[in-house]
Amino acid sequence: MNPANYLYLAALLFTIGAFGVLIRRNAIVVFMCIELMLNAANLTLVAFSRMHGNLDGQIMAFFVMVVAAAEVVVGLAIIVMLYRSRHSASVDDASLMKL
Amino acid sequence: MESLIGLLVAAPLLGAAVLLCGGRRLDRAGHWLGTALAAVSFALGAVLFFDMLGRSGGERTLHQHLFSWIPVEGFQADVAFRLDQLSMTFVLLITGVGTLIHLYSVGYMEHDARRRRFFGYLNLFLAAMLLLVLADNYLLLYVGWEGVGLASFLLIGFWQHKPSAAAAAKKAFLVNRVGDAGLAIAIFLMFTTFGTFAFGEVLAAADGAGEGTLTAIGLMLLLAACGKSAQVPLQSWLGDAMEGPTPVSALIHAATMVTAGVYLITRSGAIYDAAPNAQTVVVIVGAVTLLFGAIVGCAKDDIKKALAASTMSQIGYMVLAAGLGPIGYAFAIMHLVTHGFFKAGLFLGAGSVMHGMNDEVNMRKYGGLRRHMPITFVTFGLGYLAIIGFPGLSGFFSKDLIIEAAFSAGGVRGWVLGGATLLGAALTAYYMTRVMLLTFFGEERWRHRPTATPAEPDVEPAAGRGAAAPGRASGQTAGQAAGAAAEPHPHESPRVMTLPMIVLAFGSVFAGGLFNWGEAFVHWLEPVTRFEHPHPPLPIPVITGATVAVMLLGVGLAWLQYGRRPVPVTAPRGSLLTRAARRDLFQDDFNHAAFVSGGQHLTRSLVYLDHTVVDGAVNGTAAAFGGLSGRLRKVQNGFARSYAVSMFGGAAVLVAATLLMRAV
Amino acid sequence: MSGALTTTDAAAGLLAAATSTGEAVQFYALGAVAVAGALGTVALRRAVHSALCLAATMVVLAVFYLANGAYFLGVVQIVVYTGAVMMLFLFVLMLVGVSTADSLKETLKGQRWLAAACALGLGILLVGGIGQAALGTFTGMGAANAQYGGNVPGIAERLFTEYVVAFEVTGALLTIAAVGATLLTHRERIEKATSQREQAEERVRAGRHLPPLPAPGVYARHNAVDRPGLLPDGTPSELTVSDTLQRRGQVREVASKELAEVAATEKRTADYHGRGQEERP
Repeated sequence: MNPANYLYLAALLFTIGAFGVLIRRNAIVVFMCIELMLNAANLTLVAFSRMHGNLDGQIMAFFVMVVAAAEVVVGLAIIVMLYRSRHSASVDDASLMKL
Repeated sequence: MESLIGLLVAAPLLGAAVLLCGGRRLDRAGHWLGTALAAVSFALGAVLFFDMLGRSGGERTLHQHLFSWIPVEGFQADVAFRLDQLSMTFVLLITGVGTLIHLYSVGYMEHDARRRRFFGYLNLFLAAMLLLVLADNYLLLYVGWEGVGLASFLLIGFWQHKPSAAAAAKKAFLVNRVGDAGLAIAIFLMFTTFGTFAFGEVLAAADGAGEGTLTAIGLMLLLAACGKSAQVPLQSWLGDAMEGPTPVSALIHAATMVTAGVYLITRSGAIYDAAPNAQTVVVIVGAVTLLFGAIVGCAKDDIKKALAASTMSQIGYMVLAAGLGPIGYAFAIMHLVTHGFFKAGLFLGAGSVMHGMNDEVNMRKYGGLRRHMPITFVTFGLGYLAIIGFPGLSGFFSKDLIIEAAFSAGGVRGWVLGGATLLGAALTAYYMTRVMLLTFFGEERWRHRPTATPAEPDVEPAAGRGAAAPGRASGQTAGQAAGAAAEPHPHESPRVMTLPMIVLAFGSVFAGGLFNWGEAFVHWLEPVTRFEHPHPPLPIPVITGATVAVMLLGVGLAWLQYGRRPVPVTAPRGSLLTRAARRDLFQDDFNHAAFVSGGQHLTRSLVYLDHTVVDGAVNGTAAAFGGLSGRLRKVQNGFARSYAVSMFGGAAVLVAATLLMRAV
Repeated sequence: MSGALTTTDAAAGLLAAATSTGEAVQFYALGAVAVAGALGTVALRRAVHSALCLAATMVVLAVFYLANGAYFLGVVQIVVYTGAVMMLFLFVLMLVGVSTADSLKETLKGQRWLAAACALGLGILLVGGIGQAALGTFTGMGAANAQYGGNVPGIAERLFTEYVVAFEVTGALLTIAAVGATLLTHRERIEKATSQREQAEERVRAGRHLPPLPAPGVYARHNAVDRPGLLPDGTPSELTVSDTLQRRGQVREVASKELAEVAATEKRTADYHGRGQEERP
């Protein structure tokens, strides 16, 4: 099997995630799509790690996971706050900055 | 003694400050304070005068150096006073007549709610005028010069609720500004030429400077004098200035401020003596103005405007005399002083008449007032006799001397000037007799007033007559409305008003004779102005006889026209000259055509240019950016997802660029 | 570390060095699941379904990590992502409202087309880029893992030597995130909570509804909490329904048919007792 297949898969997942970020209005789902993109990136890191026979790629993926966890914590807290004040989790409703 | 000079100025200045800053609590007694401070100034002047008499001719000039105003290397401006015989004459005239008019104003302005302010302005005027005549250098003189301009502006527009008064004040201020610019330029020229402004140094050095420079300085000073003294071509403001209260007209626009130009020319005599061309222009301006004013005076139906035209004409006499050089300076000042008496008296009389006639100013609606206002009639009559030069009264001496001096100018010039002054004397007699007859003699036209008064000829509805025209028209109609409301009940004015008139009448009668007693006045002024005896081509008795003859001719003509026949209340159409004179010989029209309309066209085109080109460029840029941002704004719709698309697209482009770079 | 573990690690490292047919089968089978999960995450209307699809994708990815010799990451992926992070998502979904389905109708004009164009463009670019790249074959994790005696010790060694600063900073980041989340979701009570006794006293002082409020749903057929009780004259009483439901607008109307039935019953009762019209309440 061609090692590039993992990368193609990762590219596909990343693109799907990005598309989801763009078209979904529910902030939580948008967040999930971001997680999907991060995971796709992790997959490439792991695949490259294996390709090069080097642990650094895995360590990068580990850090990505940690940072993603931190991001999820804060992001979800923000969503909860937003929901409390606006009774909606739609990203389109938080458009107060527009003219 | 020197230390008293500053107090002369300080007393009225203090009065102005207290009255203008003191507020309403001074309303009840403020006018007496103002009058008292004017009197204090007069008393100080008298003390200084007698002190001066006690000294011999050479030591009579006093100097007081108060402080260095602008002490810069190479530029020394001092606040210093100079009291010599010329200044002394003016000080006595200003403070004397000023005090009398303050007193008169107490009665005249009695019912005016802003009387305190009026007295504050009057005191301010006195201070500025004294500063003007006492200054020891041209720069300080300029301060006083502007000060009297300011006071004049404030007082002409004192009844600021009348649009006509406000417009007249503005007009006077603007026209004076032209003259003031002349004075400023003259001072600049003096500084560059002589390096100083002080009278003593400038006048002593005048001979040494080039004639071209001196001519320029002389012409600029003349421009200043024309502005302040209402000489042709800057004469147009004086008639409108009659919108101010009558005491103002008497003090500022008859006796004192308008003669400042004569003072300036006389004071700068040394410059003119060294610049004959400038002197010629001075003489021409004087002669033209004296005839101009006299002609306008013959046609005016408004008593104050007739007197204002007369003032213009009489100052023309003075300027003419001052332009004749040492033979005329003393006579100019002498006529100035006698004129100060009788013209102030005449104005106060006119004010008294208006006071009794519900502020009516149209002489055609007077008539027969001598029975109702005997004191006013007598004092006005004495002033009248003085101004027409009735033998023995003030005007006779002073005017006759000027006519003699004019004839002495030499050659054709002498004959022309002499003829002009004689013609002026005849016209003076004519228009003053007309004023006298219309006001105090004849039937009492105010009794049989038609209910609807047609428009006065003075107020021809002309659209393009300059700034003051509409205002004047409305002022007149307001006066008519007030006059039509109730038939006037002419009555003599209160004592406080008649007293100054009586004093001034005494001056009108005796001042001339007193001054001419052994040429006392001439000798008094000689150390300052120098003096040469005039040598007219004709014997002096002939000239005097001619003067009296033309005077009688003028009186007779006026009597034929206004004394024998009843005077129509509505002015007849009159000849072309009459109509022109009613319109001030088209001076406003001329100014309008020559300066105002040109300026207006210029400003309009500049405004157009500003709107289309400058604003067009600016607004166009703004509109272009506005339109662009209006379109770009739609990108900023506030939705995070839209921004995310842009970001995502950008990322895609970056990836594409990276790959493309790798591929290349 | 025990020797047995070391040998299995070595075997796995060898296995990761080459791709077998088994791995290819596993890749295609699970890859399809991963893509399906990803599509489901994006396309499903209910957020809970999205979350479950995402969890499936993540589990598949964990398997891929294991297949690629990243044992530690595979386990962490399961524990942290599908375990902790996805649970967090579900918690928040519960808070926000688990039952509501999102409308997938696009409200921004052209957004969907633009997004599709961008995604397609990026996808083509990425695929093209990967296709262009000279990748070679897998080296395998064998040597790298064997250096420190296994994948986990290897990662630990690198993490606590070369990457120790980054590790500490990430730790600080996590702490800050935790504190931040607490702070964000915390609500300060700015007044003293009223006790039950005080509330009761307040009610007595106001003089309204001293007894308990009337019960709802007199004629209810099923869950009756949202159905107002009827007053004797047949009109629905607002007092009977919970304040919260009223505020949410979730009160069910009592149909006019039911009201008519009430009136008919009243009439029959009255007829049975033989009361006149005027005596009826």
